[in-house]
Amino acid sequence: MSDILHFEFMQYALYASLIVSFICGIIGTLIVINRMVFIAGGIAHGSYGGIGLALFLGISPLLGASLFALGLGGIMAYLTHRNNTRLDSLIGVLWAFGMAFGIIMTDLTPGYNVDLMSYLFGAILSVSLEDLYGMGSILALVLVFVLVFYRQLIAMSFDAKFAKLRGVNTELLYTLLILIVALGVVMSIRAVGLILVIALLTIPPYIAEKFTASIAGMMTLSSFLALVFCGIGLLLSYHFNLSAGASIILVATSAFLLQLPFKKR
Amino acid sequence: MHYDIEINNLSFNYEGTDVLEGINLRYAKEEFLAIIGPNGGGKSTLLKLMIGLLEPSCGEVLLFGQKPLHVSSQIAYVPQDTMANKDFPISVLDVVLMGRLSPKSTGRYSKEDKQIARSMLAHVGMSDFETHKIHALSGGQRQRVFIARALACEAKIIFLDEPTASIDTAGQIAVFELLKELNRTIGIVLISHDVNVALNYATKVAHVNKTLYMHDVPSAHDFKLFQNQKAHVCDIELISATRCNHLHPKQNL
Repeated sequence: MSDILHFEFMQYALYASLIVSFICGIIGTLIVINRMVFIAGGIAHGSYGGIGLALFLGISPLLGASLFALGLGGIMAYLTHRNNTRLDSLIGVLWAFGMAFGIIMTDLTPGYNVDLMSYLFGAILSVSLEDLYGMGSILALVLVFVLVFYRQLIAMSFDAKFAKLRGVNTELLYTLLILIVALGVVMSIRAVGLILVIALLTIPPYIAEKFTASIAGMMTLSSFLALVFCGIGLLLSYHFNLSAGASIILVATSAFLLQLPFKKR
Repeated sequence: MHYDIEINNLSFNYEGTDVLEGINLRYAKEEFLAIIGPNGGGKSTLLKLMIGLLEPSCGEVLLFGQKPLHVSSQIAYVPQDTMANKDFPISVLDVVLMGRLSPKSTGRYSKEDKQIARSMLAHVGMSDFETHKIHALSGGQRQRVFIARALACEAKIIFLDEPTASIDTAGQIAVFELLKELNRTIGIVLISHDVNVALNYATKVAHVNKTLYMHDVPSAHDFKLFQNQKAHVCDIELISATRCNHLHPKQNL
């Protein structure tokens, strides 16, 4: 175990896992209780458009993806408030558009052949210190958001009409939630890829919901589960020389299968 | 006469269809108002218009003389129990605490909030369940908790959308007895699919089917009259038979 930690890239990978686990545990819980998994998936995939655009323009991919994801999130929040009955189809359109746009943009970028796989499954072993700072600040933002609006978030998620009548600005809060989700998703993509992000956003909260009696408990247990999945996945990938992201996903999905027989608390 | 709810010549249409038309209504919070009518007749829509969750297409709703959303801190709403989010991990006490939300509050609930929430749970007879998960309760118990949450708002009027839709008969009676007792101090406005309820508990009945007819509920004395003659009368005929004058809604004030 200790020999792994001699490598700086492995230390960074573990720090990244820690930060991403908390981001995903907290916003994943909010995504699951608000049934926003498809919105989160749309933002995660669509933000690839921002990565392609950033490469084309020669700016930081993380900045490009963040701005693009915020834009997509804003559009989805607007569509949600309009009560569009075909919201899921529209999200599907944005989802596909973002990915296709990103790929065309990288095609048009001269002399730069970006590895799509590293965005799909992540490159947790090549996380830089700068990435860690970016992820850390988004985690701080997520924590502040949840601590300040904890009561309002729970009331809105449980019963939006009741919350609105208690004076909660549910439209604004829901929009903020989508934008925070967008930022959290983009930060996690750098480390674990956009496919793993969906796994980490949904599997830990789904399991945690069964064994907890409060949202705070669900967030805590989800973060812990995500961390365990990442840790075991990284160990397996190191010892058997496997892809880190895919190893983490397989650990998470195995845990998902194992917990299925357990009844709700 | 002072009224807490005034609806003047209200109409509401949704995607080109008239859902409600020419609605007039006066309500004072001493009354127990039951809104009855066929499915799709506009009962829920009318309730949502009363509390400001919907805006009328024309006409006006005045709650305590103001626009409903401006006074939403003075009313409480018990939505229909759809069990839509049934795995939501939350305790009974935390559900009741939502009633203590206010526009400016952030962070955690105060001791006083918890005290009020606990006393409201005691009021509806659910104290023993405060740490239970909300969805581990029966339909009737859950509805009591939602009423406690509404009470925790310290509202002047509580609006309930089909509060007994998924409850067994004994549970229904318990809920209505509770509401009737609460009506001594606060206003009760509810939607019911059950005419019996309207007759046994309400003091006023609004029959909504695109238009609205108000009825006073006959007192026990009027019932006796029928019982003595051993006449067979259906409940719905009773409200029509006694003191009911189906005036044109606009004149029916």
